[in-house]
Amino acid sequence: MTAIARRIFGTSSFYLAVTLLVVFAAFPFYWMLITTFKTDGDLYNLQSVPYWFNAPPTLDHLKYLFTQTLFLRWLGNSALIGVCVVVITLVTALPAGYSLARMPGRAAENLGIGIFLTYLVPPTLLFLPLSRVIAWLDLQDSLWSLVVVYPTFTIPFCTWLLMGFFKSIPREIDEAAIVDGCTVLGAFVKTILPLSVPAILTVVIFAFTLTMQEFVYALTFISSSDQKPITLGVATDLVRGDIFYWGELMGAALIASVPVAIAYNLFLDRFISGITGGAVK
Amino acid sequence: MSEVAARHIEKRFGDVRAVDDISLSIRDGEFLVLLGPSGCGKTTFLRILAGLERQTSGDILIGGEVVNDIPPRARGVAMVFQSYGLYPHLTVANNIAFPLRTQNTPREEIGRKVAWATQLLSIDHLLARKPRQLSGGERQRVALARALVREPTVFLLDEPLSNLDAKLRTSARSELKQFQQTVRTTTIYVTHDQIEAMGMGDRIAVIDRGRLRQLGTPAEIYDNPADEFVATFLGTPPMNLIERDGGTLGFRPEHFLPREMLNGSALAEMPFRVERMEYLGSERVLYGSIEGRHARRIVTAKLPAHAASDGIRAGDHHAFAVRRSELRYFDREGKAAVGAGAAR
Amino acid sequence: MTTITEVVRENLRPRYLLDRTSFVGPLLVAPAVLYVVLLVGLPFLLAVYYALSAYSIFDPSYRFVGLSNFHDVLASDIFRRTLVNTFVFTIGSQIIGLLLGKIGAMLLMKEFPGRRIARALIVLPWAVPVSLATLAWVWMFDSLYSVINWTLVALGLVDVANQPQWLGQPDLAMAAVMTVHAWRLFPFGVILFLAGFSSVPKDVLDAATIDGAGFWRRNYQIIMPMILPIVLIAVIFGTVFTFTDLSVVYLLTKGGPINSTQVLGSLAFQVGILSGDVSHGAVICLFLFPFLLVAVTFMLRFLRRREI
Repeated sequence: MTAIARRIFGTSSFYLAVTLLVVFAAFPFYWMLITTFKTDGDLYNLQSVPYWFNAPPTLDHLKYLFTQTLFLRWLGNSALIGVCVVVITLVTALPAGYSLARMPGRAAENLGIGIFLTYLVPPTLLFLPLSRVIAWLDLQDSLWSLVVVYPTFTIPFCTWLLMGFFKSIPREIDEAAIVDGCTVLGAFVKTILPLSVPAILTVVIFAFTLTMQEFVYALTFISSSDQKPITLGVATDLVRGDIFYWGELMGAALIASVPVAIAYNLFLDRFISGITGGAVK
Repeated sequence: MSEVAARHIEKRFGDVRAVDDISLSIRDGEFLVLLGPSGCGKTTFLRILAGLERQTSGDILIGGEVVNDIPPRARGVAMVFQSYGLYPHLTVANNIAFPLRTQNTPREEIGRKVAWATQLLSIDHLLARKPRQLSGGERQRVALARALVREPTVFLLDEPLSNLDAKLRTSARSELKQFQQTVRTTTIYVTHDQIEAMGMGDRIAVIDRGRLRQLGTPAEIYDNPADEFVATFLGTPPMNLIERDGGTLGFRPEHFLPREMLNGSALAEMPFRVERMEYLGSERVLYGSIEGRHARRIVTAKLPAHAASDGIRAGDHHAFAVRRSELRYFDREGKAAVGAGAAR
Repeated sequence: MTTITEVVRENLRPRYLLDRTSFVGPLLVAPAVLYVVLLVGLPFLLAVYYALSAYSIFDPSYRFVGLSNFHDVLASDIFRRTLVNTFVFTIGSQIIGLLLGKIGAMLLMKEFPGRRIARALIVLPWAVPVSLATLAWVWMFDSLYSVINWTLVALGLVDVANQPQWLGQPDLAMAAVMTVHAWRLFPFGVILFLAGFSSVPKDVLDAATIDGAGFWRRNYQIIMPMILPIVLIAVIFGTVFTFTDLSVVYLLTKGGPINSTQVLGSLAFQVGILSGDVSHGAVICLFLFPFLLVAVTFMLRFLRRREI
């Protein structure tokens, strides 16, 4: 094969590989998109080519979604849970991360690792006993049960993230503040926090998206439709009997997925360096 | 009333003794230098004085009162860190005002004091800038102004010149010394650079491996080192140490001269075999060995550049000598001993 | 020059509790630790407690029954099938996912027009909530309207009358579940591998090239060993997420057909929550633990080795 032919073959197989991979990854989302806007007639027609519109696109599914289902309520629930969990996470993880970053000795290191490792504990290990705990707290079937339980995975991860970040701020700055007259907490608030805005932002985004994604605890603790967060509501309530309302389902899935996907894309690099502990930048 | 005293301070990290029974007292208005190699514990000791670390045992006294349990902000100390520790998110003016704000000082007084400090250090034109917009020398002055503005009892400085370029360091050194003499605040200054120590200190505390080796004026330490460590740590090239029974004999390179350059009696003569010579402009340094004697390191002689040494080349044997009064003796443990007997 | 000495004397009296780092330090960590201990540690102990009892929703009394629950569970065919399934799914989807991840990273290393969009699209499966993404696949695998089947028929690979029932036939169901797991996982692998590749210093690669190493040798003898820690993370996180997963199986097949896709997570849910048999459910949950322990040990070793 001549050099040029080899190059053309190489380049085209490269682009072919990329396309295949991208299609594999993204096709289900295209499918979501197109299903949302297809009329039922078009959707459930075995004769038509499913890849594009055979009848003009419609907003009916979306209209139904917004007016006849509890979709907006679920979005609101998820948002409320998200905000509360973010607040709880910040209040606990910020001081914890700072303390662990500045504490001397191996104890702090070990404690930090220990806290992080609880992120690995899966919901499927704990959901059963936690369902009993929730019942005792009289929170069953309430979205507040999720507000209580979700920080169990946001706190470990965010503490770890913040610990790594605070370590990168030179000690001299908060020590100077202590010598200049602040208490430990005062030094933290007046000098470290103002420098931590990007990290805090990252924590907020991750805590929020981790919350939005969760399914197992929601499935376990909540059965009333009006208490459901978005992931649960869409998966369980848009089915009547055995009939899936695919247009509405896909529309709901799409709308709920988009913000999370965008957030992840913007903060991906931070997430990775957070997990690898800055070992890789 | 701003004397600082340390009594038997010890700091242990696990089994390691970072600070090993150091006691010293610093006079009011004095510029004391803590000198020693990296890792000798001088910075740890400074931080204990500041209150940033707690000693394992021993007492710190400021103005006669034991302050062991008192946090830095109430000890009346101000500190300049090695990398200055300026607050990156605040302007120079706010950096300097910070320690006054934490003490709830009234606004006009803050303004007055900031103006005074910045004028003293000639940085009043930088007030609106942020630390990242300043040069190394400017940052150092801002750090000093911030320390100064509280009118503290003690200044603690942790190698403040080490982050400056060599050229800047020399002028910064004399400015700092002048500054201290103007404000007359007790100052404790940590460094590993003996030139800084000798040039600035009223007294020097030489520290090695957590122990205080000698405390004295620059002249005392240089002319009469208390042990071999001090003898070899100060002076470039370091003091020559020759073995003799029962101990070591020491003499500085600048006192080891060709016989003909020295007159008078009371000379210890030593035949010198020159192996190498360095011409350094203002002086010549000769490296070699002394016949019949075993030395720790290569023996050096430091000669002024003019005449007398012109005839000496590498490979030559030459009669060198040291005035008896410049000889120093050290016992088997390396401590200074009163010299006795001939240099044989 | 003596403004502060008076301050010193006054301040000698109150105790400086909030200044002592030995006090404030632990105080600041306490809430986080408390949360973790109360809502992770305690429930775990509770699971053990239940596993050793005859507790159920209908009879919530605590009667110690020793290890009999464990015997019951281990004797059950369904459980054994479930255990095998869980391993099969995890290993299968890990291998596919990591392979695709590595390939994807190698492709995305090159600068080409549209690279940023490609990366954003490739990340989607992992970024989007599990349940919602899985729903899309449920629709794609639909018994009547599956777009996959339509394509297979259109390409002539499959007979119209004999279209595969992806979620209805045991083997196909396993393949479907594994595909969805791999699909969810590979973007995570891509990103981690990318991070790893870009962390290899260029001079090392240049030195290898000068030393005569070709593409594959550079890959396997130089790059892979250097990015092993990153790969390890991808493997650990990936296996834990897959092994303990509930959502994908529950939404796709609910464990069927005939328990052919049942995994530990979904079985625990079915037994413990849906049937109310808490004690047996707890036992099933606990089977996740040894696996988690292994993963945690590896993770610990990795974390210890890098400098914090």
